[in-house]
Amino acid sequence: MPGAILPLAIETRAVRRVYAARPQPIVALDGVDLEVPPGELFGLLGPNGAGKTTLIKILTTLLLPSSGTARVFGFDVERETKQIRRIMNMVAGGEQSGYGILTVREQLWMFTQFYGLAGGEGWRRVDELVEAVGLAEQRLQRVSTLSTGQRQKMNLARGLLNDPWILFLDEPTLGLDVSAARSLRELIVEWQRAVPGRTILLTTHYMAEADELCDRIAIVDRGRILAIGSPTELKKRVQRESIFRIELDRLDGGAGALARLPGVVSASAAADVADSVGRQVVVMNLVLEDDGALGRVVGALAETGSRIQGLRKSEPTLEDVFVELVGRGFEDSEAASMVPATEEVG
Amino acid sequence: MAASTMSFLERAGTGPREAARWSRRQVLLTDLRSVRGRAYPRVKGLLREPSWVLFEILLPFLATSAFVFVYRAIDAPQQYVGFVVLGGALSAFWLNVIWMMANQLYWEKSQGNLELYFAAPMHFMSILFGMAVGGMVMSSTRAATVLLIAGTLYGVTFSVDQWALLLGVFLLTLGALYGLGMVLASLFLVWGREAWHMGQLFTEPVYFVSGLNFPVARLGFLGALSVAFIPLATGLDAMRQLAFAGAAFPAGTPPPLVEVAILAAMTVVSIVAARWMLIAMERRARRDGRLSVRWQ
Repeated sequence: MPGAILPLAIETRAVRRVYAARPQPIVALDGVDLEVPPGELFGLLGPNGAGKTTLIKILTTLLLPSSGTARVFGFDVERETKQIRRIMNMVAGGEQSGYGILTVREQLWMFTQFYGLAGGEGWRRVDELVEAVGLAEQRLQRVSTLSTGQRQKMNLARGLLNDPWILFLDEPTLGLDVSAARSLRELIVEWQRAVPGRTILLTTHYMAEADELCDRIAIVDRGRILAIGSPTELKKRVQRESIFRIELDRLDGGAGALARLPGVVSASAAADVADSVGRQVVVMNLVLEDDGALGRVVGALAETGSRIQGLRKSEPTLEDVFVELVGRGFEDSEAASMVPATEEVG
Repeated sequence: MAASTMSFLERAGTGPREAARWSRRQVLLTDLRSVRGRAYPRVKGLLREPSWVLFEILLPFLATSAFVFVYRAIDAPQQYVGFVVLGGALSAFWLNVIWMMANQLYWEKSQGNLELYFAAPMHFMSILFGMAVGGMVMSSTRAATVLLIAGTLYGVTFSVDQWALLLGVFLLTLGALYGLGMVLASLFLVWGREAWHMGQLFTEPVYFVSGLNFPVARLGFLGALSVAFIPLATGLDAMRQLAFAGAAFPAGTPPPLVEVAILAAMTVVSIVAARWMLIAMERRARRDGRLSVRWQ
């Protein structure tokens, strides 16, 4: 697609989705505006019940928005469903799709038929993908006998059968062990980077996953997008100072002397603990205006004869960003995720 | 995982806007391949579940045998044994329509397949046709087995004058039966578990009024007329008349050609109705978000 000018891979304007429910309707999305350019690996990060899956269902043409508009590569999700379905695919975490009586290879071939691949072409595509996702050994094994990790690899292979231009991944590593999740993440990145323009919308409530994979992230809570940016940009929102943790053999004169140094916002002795080799150390938390002030701190410590045993810079996490934006942590948000609607379903 | 060089994927690789534009031929081929794809697990699974020998051959055979012994005990005409054997064989199709057509979409929903079918580019009718074709192949094997075993064991003699018409009636019966199954699939999906219970509830009554074990005209003219909308009743009656030519049938039995017309009409009406219901169901599913398990 060199030189081609593409419409946005995803474009939503004031998308709202309300589910009819008793005793009150539930607002799952509340005015979502989103723009994702082609070729981006975009993440929706939020607690369970934030509205991530609802947005995916709208974009994959499975659900209509109650109001607002949504487009995928310029195609309207309400009126141009067939066009969207021809160029997209979706994979959900914990997916149990297909038929356990079939083998991995047979199951995937069955799905190639729904995308119009010819018989032989389908088998070739299946073999190529089974190899790529590392299921070559299990290809003749019945689907019902696969482990959770193997099953999810097969699901990912299914999602790539039609070589989609946009892939929707809804919590793809849900329930996987560390190794299987890592392997799946590598596959996702490898596939996306292989062809310019391939776009992925990933939902997750694993902070580290979003941080590692995504070019940009939207933080979602209670049906609203609270912030959008690259992981670095988002973290900068809460990182106004440089925070260091220093381990010292001793601290003469206390933390007060350090706190008075220029560029030091605060210095506090956190605890006396044993380090990794059993030595007793004094742990200090330093908040500096910027990294440049660290030199003055190190110099002052050297003058008092304190020896630095360990030094680590504390980076803010996406969880910190979420707490800053929402005022509470992920766990709390999951408990209070759904908001009653103020109006009836349209 | 570089981009593949295969033809379908070359089309996909031209760019998203171009890849989304399909010719009529491509649409038609995708629909036909989807029929094949959805029929595939049924055909493939034909011999992978040994339980079918018990549930779909042995049990119908035993039920059939019971009636054979009753008819013999009361010195009924020998052709009645043939009627029962033919009815027992065709019961495999009705079971298949109720459990693997009508209930299937409800089951697909709970498995997460339904979403994937909707999200794929083929027409959903292809999925229903695929289920039907696979079901016909599966049940034909089982019906033929019951027919062969019971026919041989109980000495049934067929007397066929019009083979082509008999084959035509058989195919039309399947068309009407599976057409009804397609309609029920959408209905059962919308009604959910209630429909599943209804399916169970109606199994035996349908067996009875379909005349699986006796000529349906025994219900009287009005009785036979009122069950004519059940494809199994009409199809079985026509097939009995053609498979046992010359046998005495109760007064009021409609001629096979009339039943052929009824079956043809039922096939067309049910397929049109199934298509209409699918469109309505998809519209409702997308509007209400009720037909997806993972709605949140």
